[in-house]
Amino acid sequence: MNRYYWILGAFAALVALLAVGLGLNPRDVPSPLVGKPAPAFTLSQLAEPDKTLSPKDLQGKVWLLNVWASWCVSCRAEHPILVEFSKKSDVPLIGLNYKEVRGDGGFDMSKMAPEEERKLAFQRANAWLSQHGDPYKLTVMDLDGRVGIDYGVYGVPETYVIDKAGVIRMKHTGPVTPDVLGQKIMPLLAELNK
Amino acid sequence: MKLLLPLIFALFFASTATAVDSATEAALAADPVAEKRLQHLSEELRCLVCQNQTIADSNAELAQDLRREIRGMIKDGKSDREIIDFMVVRYGDFVLYRPPVKGITLLLWGGPVALMLLGIFALVRYLRRRATRIADDRPLSADETSRADALLKESNPK
Repeated sequence: MNRYYWILGAFAALVALLAVGLGLNPRDVPSPLVGKPAPAFTLSQLAEPDKTLSPKDLQGKVWLLNVWASWCVSCRAEHPILVEFSKKSDVPLIGLNYKEVRGDGGFDMSKMAPEEERKLAFQRANAWLSQHGDPYKLTVMDLDGRVGIDYGVYGVPETYVIDKAGVIRMKHTGPVTPDVLGQKIMPLLAELNK
Repeated sequence: MKLLLPLIFALFFASTATAVDSATEAALAADPVAEKRLQHLSEELRCLVCQNQTIADSNAELAQDLRREIRGMIKDGKSDREIIDFMVVRYGDFVLYRPPVKGITLLLWGGPVALMLLGIFALVRYLRRRATRIADDRPLSADETSRADALLKESNPK
């Protein structure tokens, strides 16, 4: 009799282990970039394509970097939350438009000239922001997704909190929800801005 | 039913035909040595989008981009180590199909060995007990034999 309890116990432990495993989100990959300096980039600004922006331009400020694209469906879900955030907070929210044209999947990139891609990307990004509202202090354009690779982007949207020293303090993958904003991002921003 | 099978075949071929179409992918085949290294490296790396596929297998956008990056680095004469490090810095150990042995991966690497040791322990214990049980099975004494015979006769009298 005793040994059956033992087997039952082992089985229950296995079930518990698997249940915990099922509850974890496999997309929640811990980013090795947290605690490291934000990778450098120099990218054209959406509103003024002749001007560029680099993370070092924001040195001394706590800021947010939000990766988005007009073809990204989840970005649409988080967008109202970002718009709301930008009205209430003075923390600069910088948009990183990720592969606006080639990420869409609807274009044959082998037939598109780089100039054409660039023009179309700016046009599409501007149209999307005027339609859904623009929460960004400014948006920079990562046409080929190289900066995205440096930031370890693997699914849009992604959001980074970067501190005054230019170090990434948090990364959130997937749409920002009111919970994530209220319970994780806002307290962190308050602490970093102290 | 007659229509269904060709339809399935058509769908299958349509999906495989569109799978590899990027122009860059075609251009790289020019250098077989570099291509072999790319193949080897991208089989070690996990695609972050479709997490059970390697970068070599996956045709997700990100996998294509990462293959392009690897190709660029091979062209620049980077070593395999440098290329793998490039990926780990950005995506963490998760990107490796063979994660390094360290504190957090101890259970992953040690778990199967621990389970095997546990199994061997249980098996040895069982076999020992069985051996003593068998040793206990001494032949019946004369007295017991006659009692057993009596009982057998009682239950099926002929």
